[in-house]
Amino acid sequence: MKISRADVERVAELAYLDLSEAELEMYRTQIDEILEYIGKLNELDTTGVQPMAQVLADDQTADATLRDDVVVRCDVATEILKQAPDPEPPYFRVPKVIER
Amino acid sequence: MSANWTIDGVREAVASKKVSARELAADFYKRIGDRNTDLNAYLTLSEERAYAQADRMDALVAGGKPLPPLAGVPIAIKDVISTRGVRTTCGSKILEHYIPPYDATAVERLEAAGAVILGKTNCDEFAMGSSNENSAYGAVRNPEAPDRVPGGSSGGSAAAVAAGLAVASLGTDTGGSIRQPGSFCGIPAMMGSYGRVSRYGLIAFASSLDRIGPFATNVRDVASVMGVIAGRDANDSTSTTAPVPDYRALMEKPVKGLRIGIPKEYFAEGMDAEVRKKIEAGIEVLKKLGCELREIHMAHTDYAIATYYIIATAEASSNLARYDGVRYGLRVDDDSLLAMYRKTRGAGFGAEVKRRIVLGTYVLSAGYYDAYYLKGQKVRALIAQDFRDAFSKLDVIVTPTSPIPPFKLGEKTNDPLQMYLADIYTVTGSLAGVPGISVPCGKICGKLPVGLQIFGPAFGEASVLQLAHAFEQAGGGSV
Repeated sequence: MKISRADVERVAELAYLDLSEAELEMYRTQIDEILEYIGKLNELDTTGVQPMAQVLADDQTADATLRDDVVVRCDVATEILKQAPDPEPPYFRVPKVIER
Repeated sequence: MSANWTIDGVREAVASKKVSARELAADFYKRIGDRNTDLNAYLTLSEERAYAQADRMDALVAGGKPLPPLAGVPIAIKDVISTRGVRTTCGSKILEHYIPPYDATAVERLEAAGAVILGKTNCDEFAMGSSNENSAYGAVRNPEAPDRVPGGSSGGSAAAVAAGLAVASLGTDTGGSIRQPGSFCGIPAMMGSYGRVSRYGLIAFASSLDRIGPFATNVRDVASVMGVIAGRDANDSTSTTAPVPDYRALMEKPVKGLRIGIPKEYFAEGMDAEVRKKIEAGIEVLKKLGCELREIHMAHTDYAIATYYIIATAEASSNLARYDGVRYGLRVDDDSLLAMYRKTRGAGFGAEVKRRIVLGTYVLSAGYYDAYYLKGQKVRALIAQDFRDAFSKLDVIVTPTSPIPPFKLGEKTNDPLQMYLADIYTVTGSLAGVPGISVPCGKICGKLPVGLQIFGPAFGEASVLQLAHAFEQAGGGSV
């Protein structure tokens, strides 16, 4: 077994994801099978291989060097706040974070 | 009015006043009204925006002004691509009422080129799936075979074009999500090189893999749309400054002598016998065209699915952290902030998305990062090297798009790993960053479409289109 129920609970906690009892068990079984399959990568010796951190070569993008930091006005604050579940312009409102 | 429009046909008809752009849009909306209840290809229609744009095109015609390249062409947009003022759900309950405040660059460019955006198409939730059955808004039916899936994740974009409910559409491809539904619905579908089309406004799944690309009914139309959406965008730092060549002109070049590699690993066990027959017949067409075919080896092909499901889920777990019930989308209330996050995400995401967030968080977590994520990044480098090595001696690589024909609705929903393995021939090119197209290559029993996949070297879109066009012209679609 690659992954335990406690592992799935821990990971769900890290990802802020409520999972039901049924989901915890289903994901444990399915992810265990997937990790078992993924284990085939260990057949490959990757000693000395540089991990592929990006897709494009440096000369293929304009931002290989740093660009100037220029302020561009963007008047969409009102529209963006309209999408919030609980806006209090100009703020997003969230449940109380700090206990007195 | 005919349902069989091409981009050039629309432009000519609108320019010569045989039909107005408004009449054409109205005709497409009528057909959508007739067929969408069955197909479920569209989730949202943008009629107001479409008619306003159609009127702009008709005004250009009336004023005798020059028409842009996609003037009046009705186009559908996958629902993971942002459209200002038009609901964009990503196929998810968590974004059920989300209305983007801006357009994706690809959408902006299509409209600037005269296209009429008809609406938003159904897809697997956050583009995670290979059958479109992971949409929170129901599955899409394959117009060619209604008991079958249209492929995924861009199932709605493929079905809309195949059913004549749009002349072209945009999809997104992370591991095969353009090419595989193109194959399943029997139409050409293309993913450009990573960096070729701006991702600005594409709601992220896996940022190092996600690409926007077109579906159309013929290769020339695919080239037309690619030419419009490709090119540098200051809002996407990974979009390339490499110039965009004239794909429509370059694809007319003769293919005699083109060096084609056929990788042995793409004809391995697990491949449907009927699919194999069609692909072999397709390869015969390429031989008759005078192409130089050679068998090649791509040694790391068999490791691509494992690599992909590490990297894609890791990136997804990070990208989807933004759905927290604070700035947009669903919120499930609770007195505690952390409980609000957990409840919102637990209720808002569907089963496949949660599965991938759990897997992606796990492969990135302390103690497992090196064994999974870092290992995946190293094998990804080996897979990319396989492609570079092959293209040092070849112009293009030809493979099947999918090992299996369109499967029945519900057939694979209970076995995620089997569903993942269906992406085996498409994920390789996704990991390597190279361009790829799927072109129709006959139908099994005259009913189930098969797709032939063509890969080119990075930024070699022109060679890919060139061979796809020659194959189509030589009757490859009906082998």
